[in-house]
Amino acid sequence: MKFAPFEYAAPATVREAIALLASRPGEAKLLAGGQSLLPTMAFRLAQPALLVDLGRVAELRGIEVAADGATHLGALTRWCDVQDHEDLSRAQPLLARAIGHVAHYQVRNRGTVGGSLAHADPAAEMPCVAVTCEAQIVIAGPSGDRVMPAADFFLGPLTTDLAEDEIIVRVDLPAWPATRRWSFLEFSRRPGDFALAGVALFYDVDHAGFARNVHVGVIGSRMRPERLAGAESVMEGAVLPEDSEERNALAVRVAKRAFEEYSAADDYHASGAYRRSLLATLVSRAVASTLTGEPVEARVTH
Amino acid sequence: MAIDVPVRESLADCLRHGLGQTGTHIGCEHGVCGACTVIVGGDAVRSCLMLAVQAEGTKVITVEGLSNGGKLSPLQTSFRKHHALQCGFCTPGILTTAHALLTQEPYASRERILDVISGNLCRCTGYVNIIDAIVDAQPSYVGAGAS
Amino acid sequence: MTAGGAVIGAPIERIDDERLLLGRGNYVDDLHREGLLHAAIVRSPLAHGVLNSIDSSDALAMPGVVAVYTHEDVMRVLGRIPKIPMRIAPLPELAPFEQDVVASTRVRYVGEPVAIVIARTAAEAEDAADRVFADIEPLPAVARCGVVGKEPPALLFEGTSSNASIIYTAKKGDAKLATGPYIRREKLSMQRHTAITMETRGLLAEWNAGASHMTVHGGAKVPFFTRRILAGTLGLPITSVDMIEVDVGGGFGVRGEFYPEDFLVPFAARELDNSVKWIEDRREHLLGTNHAREMQAEMEIVCEADGRVIALRGSVSVDVGAYMRSTVSAPSRNVGQFISGPYDVPNVYMESTCYLTNKTPIGTYRGPGIIEADYLRERMFDMAARDLGIDPVEFRSRNLVPSDRMPYSLADVDGPKRTEELDGGDYASTLDRCLSEFGWNDKAALQGRMIDGSFHGIAVSCFAETTATGPKELARIEMGEDGRLTVFSGASNIGQGVKTVLAQIASATLDIAIEHFDVKVGSTNLLPEGVGSFHSRATVMGGSAVLIAAQTLHKNITAAAAAKIGCDASELVFSPGLDVTARGVTLTRADFGRMKLEAAGEFLSEKRTYGYGSAAAHVSVDPKTGKVVLLDYLVVQDIGRIINRMTAHGQIIGSIVQGLGGVFLENLVYDDDGQLLVGSLADYLLPSAADFPNIRAILLENTPSQSNPLGAKGVGEGGIISVLAVVTNAVAAALASLKVEPNHLPLSPSRLWEMIQASPVASDSKCEWA
Repeated sequence: MKFAPFEYAAPATVREAIALLASRPGEAKLLAGGQSLLPTMAFRLAQPALLVDLGRVAELRGIEVAADGATHLGALTRWCDVQDHEDLSRAQPLLARAIGHVAHYQVRNRGTVGGSLAHADPAAEMPCVAVTCEAQIVIAGPSGDRVMPAADFFLGPLTTDLAEDEIIVRVDLPAWPATRRWSFLEFSRRPGDFALAGVALFYDVDHAGFARNVHVGVIGSRMRPERLAGAESVMEGAVLPEDSEERNALAVRVAKRAFEEYSAADDYHASGAYRRSLLATLVSRAVASTLTGEPVEARVTH
Repeated sequence: MAIDVPVRESLADCLRHGLGQTGTHIGCEHGVCGACTVIVGGDAVRSCLMLAVQAEGTKVITVEGLSNGGKLSPLQTSFRKHHALQCGFCTPGILTTAHALLTQEPYASRERILDVISGNLCRCTGYVNIIDAIVDAQPSYVGAGAS
Repeated sequence: MTAGGAVIGAPIERIDDERLLLGRGNYVDDLHREGLLHAAIVRSPLAHGVLNSIDSSDALAMPGVVAVYTHEDVMRVLGRIPKIPMRIAPLPELAPFEQDVVASTRVRYVGEPVAIVIARTAAEAEDAADRVFADIEPLPAVARCGVVGKEPPALLFEGTSSNASIIYTAKKGDAKLATGPYIRREKLSMQRHTAITMETRGLLAEWNAGASHMTVHGGAKVPFFTRRILAGTLGLPITSVDMIEVDVGGGFGVRGEFYPEDFLVPFAARELDNSVKWIEDRREHLLGTNHAREMQAEMEIVCEADGRVIALRGSVSVDVGAYMRSTVSAPSRNVGQFISGPYDVPNVYMESTCYLTNKTPIGTYRGPGIIEADYLRERMFDMAARDLGIDPVEFRSRNLVPSDRMPYSLADVDGPKRTEELDGGDYASTLDRCLSEFGWNDKAALQGRMIDGSFHGIAVSCFAETTATGPKELARIEMGEDGRLTVFSGASNIGQGVKTVLAQIASATLDIAIEHFDVKVGSTNLLPEGVGSFHSRATVMGGSAVLIAAQTLHKNITAAAAAKIGCDASELVFSPGLDVTARGVTLTRADFGRMKLEAAGEFLSEKRTYGYGSAAAHVSVDPKTGKVVLLDYLVVQDIGRIINRMTAHGQIIGSIVQGLGGVFLENLVYDDDGQLLVGSLADYLLPSAADFPNIRAILLENTPSQSNPLGAKGVGEGGIISVLAVVTNAVAAALASLKVEPNHLPLSPSRLWEMIQASPVASDSKCEWA
C-alpha cells in the first residue's frame, strides 16, 4: 500500500502554504500530522498531486490559556501537546478528557487539532468538542483571515466550509467557569476506536441552583457533529435534585428527548436502532454523573 | 546520517530499505497495528504514517538503537525472561513504544501501560506476558536518566 | 552456564529471542538481492464474472515496469494452466472445484489474482497494477450458502447442478433414529474469520538458470508439500526446487499453503531470469489469505431425563468460498467428527455441506472445525441442562468419557473414511481442577444476577484437542568440529518456539547445554523429506524425531568412543557436556565432530493423540450497551508431557485471546454482491492489550501420550478450542433471566443488544428510551 506519486512542498509560512494550494486548485492537500490523510493515501482513496506539508509553519503552533480558561490552540497543536499542557486540564477539562480518547499513544504524538477539524469525521472527538463548546475556528485564505463558529464549519461527513485554498490557523475555545458541571462519555468497540456513540455535556448552575447554558453534543452522528437542542431544552432551567430518584428521573427525561431527536443509520458494525439507544444511554449516564458528582467509567469498551 | 529519499517514501520504508535497518516492521501500512513504531524526537510514532522527508533533522531511534552494542537492554532482557514474544514480528514496535513510555513515565501504572500498548497489535502472545515484561523493566528506567 | 543438558519441562528462554529482540530478525521482506525486482498482483474487483480480456498496455508503459504476466503467458510457456491441488483429503470428484494458479476464463472472488506486474520497485509495481484493466463481464454473485430447494443466483462452475461441492458425513451408532424423553433443535451460526498473521505473506523467488534451480524464501508450515506442487507446475524435478525458511511472523494455519502467488512469483522469476520479491499488503491479506469458520448449523440433541446424551445430530452449511482450496476439507470434516469432544455420545450423525460462494476460499485456521464443533455442542448442552433443570457442571460430569472407557471411538467421517479415538485421559479430574482453580462455587452465587447495572454469568466447558497428525517427521543431528551441534528438522517454525523445544529435547537427551545447539528447520535443503507444522504436531512429531536422532547419536558416540579408545563400552564415563572418558583418555564433543559423527531420526505415527481439558469463563453484560467484560478466564489443559513450560503456556494464552477476538470483534462481512466490506484492520478488529487482560492457564501432564516416545501431546490449538463455546455460554447464563440464547456469533455490542430487545421477557433491561 505504497503512496501514489505526488509532488511535495514544505512552506515556512501560512502565506506560502496558501499560495501553494491556490497554484493547484483541487489537486493539493495539506499535510499536518498525517494520521488521517496518510491512511487514506495508503489505500489510494486520496491521490493528491501536491502535498503541502505544514510541519515547518511555526505560526501554526502554540497554546495560549487565559486566566478565565479561554484557550487558543494553534492548528498544529498535537494531542500530546494538549495532554502535556499544565493548565489545560484545569482550563478546559472537557477537551482534556476527550483528547484522552483519541486513537492511540503513537497517533496522539502526531495528530493535530487542525487536522482533525479539517478531516471532519463525525465519529471523532475534536469536531464534537468544538461544536459543543462553541469554539471559533480561525481560517486563513488568499484574501485574509475569517472566523467561523464550529457549528457552521462542519457541513457533512468529511466535509467542511474550508475552500480549497484555505487553512485552519487556530481554534478558540471560550472561557470555562471553574464551577461548571460536565461529562464526556464515549463508547467504542475497543479503546481508541472510533466511537459508536459519544456525548459531551456541560451546564452551569445559577445562583438559584438551576441548570443554565446547557450544551449537549454528540459523536457518531451520521452527518456532522451536532448539539441536541431538544435535550438541552429539557435540561435548561431544570432544578438540580438532591434525591436519587429525582436525579434519575431528570436524567431519563433528558435521555428520552435525546433519543427522539437523534437518528443513526445501520452499518455492518452496528444497527441504527442500537446507536440511537446507546446515545440515549450515554446521555442518561452523563447527566446522572453531573448530578451525583460520581465519575462514570470514561472508557466503555470490551 | 544523510540519505536522499523519494518524497513518497514512508519513514518505515526509508528505515528498512534505504538505511537497511530492517528491525522496524510493516504490519498494515495504514496506522493501526503499531509494528512500525519508532521514536522520533523522543515521541513514539507510527513510521508508516510519516513521510521520510518529515523526519529530516530529527533524531530517530529504532529497535536497533535500544540495545547497547548488541547487548540486550534491561527492557529487552525482560521480554526474553517473560516470553513476551513468539513470532517476533510485532516486537520491535512494542519495544520502542515501551521504551518511549518508560523514558517519559518511569512510574507509569500497569493500567497506563495497558492503555499505551493497546495501540500495538500482537496476534501470538495474548499480551499478558508483554505487560508483565514491561512492568518488570520499570526499575531500570527509574532515576536512570535514560534517553 | 552449566555444562549439562536442559531439563525437559523447564521454562527455558527461547534461543531465537536475542536476535529477534535486537531487531535482527530475518523475515522475507528483510531479504535483499542485487537487481531485485518487485511484484504486485492484479486482483479481480468483481466477485463473479467472465474474464474476457486483460489490457496491460498502459501498465507496461509505466515507469520501472518490466513485465506483466497473465494466463496467456502461463499458457504460452507451460501449455496449460496448472491447478492448485487440495492438500488435505483430495478426491477426484473435487478436482473440478480446485483453483487455477491464475484466473483464465472466470473470476470467482474479489481478490482473485488475474495478473502479476513486475517492476523495479514495489511502489512502481503497485502504480502499474492499478493500470492493468481486466474486462470482466459480471455474473450474479453468490454471497450466501445455498438453501435446500432454492435456486442460487448463479452456479460457480459450469456443468454442475448446484454449488454444493461435497457433503461430508460423520456417523456413529444410529443417530438418525435415536429418540429420547428430551429433544431440542436449534439453529446456530458463526461468522467468517481470518487468522491475521502480523506479518503478511511474502515470497522471494530466485531462478538460477545455469543450474535450472528455483529457490523460494517466505514459505512455512508445509515446505516439502509446496515444493512438490511448485515443481510440478513449473515442470521441474523436485530436486530443482528448494523452499528456504526464514523467520516468519505467525502462521495459525493460513501461511504456507499453496496459493496462486506461490506459483506466479516463481513463474515470473524464471521468465525474467531475475530474483522477484512479492510482499502482500494488508488489504490484499484480507482478500487473498484463507478465510475460515463461517458456517450455519441446525443441531439436535437427544437426552435422557437425567441429562445423559443419547444423540447429537445436525447439518452444517460451510461457506467454503469460491474454490476447494488447500485445506478446506479439514474444518468441514472436523466439525462432524469431533462434535462429541470429550463426551460419551453413543449416537452421532452430522452432515457438513460445503457450499461454494463468491468469496475468498477458506482453509484451516487454528482449531479448524473443532472450535465450531465445540461451540455447537456446548451451546446445546447448556440449553438442554437449563431445560432439564440440571446444573451445567453436573450435566457435563455425567457425560464425560471416563478414563476406564479409553480408548474411546469418535464418529467416523468420510471423504475419505477416517476413524479417530480419544486415547486416554482423566477428563473428570481435570474438570474438577478447573472448577476449583476458577473459584466456581464462590462465583456461582453471581450466576444470572444484576450487579451495578450488569448481569453476571459463568460457564464451563470441556474439550479434547486432536494433535500430532502423522504420518512422520524427520530429523538429523550433526556434530561440528567446534563442539557445536546442529539439529535439522522437517518441522516448520511459525513463531511458536519449535526450535527451542527441539533443542531442549536434544540437549536433555545428550546432556549437553542448550547453548551449544543450532537448530535449522523448515527448509527443504536440510533433509530428504519432512512434513511440517500444523495440527499441533511440531513438538510431538518433530520432537520425537529429534529424540530418536539424539538417542541414536548417543549410541554412535558410544560406539565411536569405545573404538577410538580401544575399550569396552561399559568402561566409558559420560560427563555433562558429553566428555567421554575411559582409561585416562577423554574425548570431547569437538573430537566427535572431527569424526563427523551424526545421526538421523524418523518418527512414524498414524495415530493422533488428544490433549484435553476444561475452560471456565466469568462475564458481566451491560444490557443497555451490549458491552461484555471478561472478568476471568481459566483453562486447565493436560498436554501429556510438558517440554518447555514457558512456550507451552504462551501458546495457550495467545490462542485464547485469538479466540476471544472471534467471539466479540472479528467479522469478515460481505455484501450481496460479494464485495468484502471489511477492508482494513480498522474494520477487522483484533483484540488489543486492553481488551482481555484476565486470562489464566494451567498446564498438566497427568496422562502422558502412549503414542510417542516423549509422551507429549500438542498444545498449539487447545487454548482456542473452548473459547467461543464457553464465553458464549457465560453470556447466555448472564442473560438467562431474559431468555436470550446467543446462538449467532459474533457477539458485538450491537448484535447482543438486538438479541436482548428480541427477548420474549418484558424487562427494564431492554431499551427504555422509546
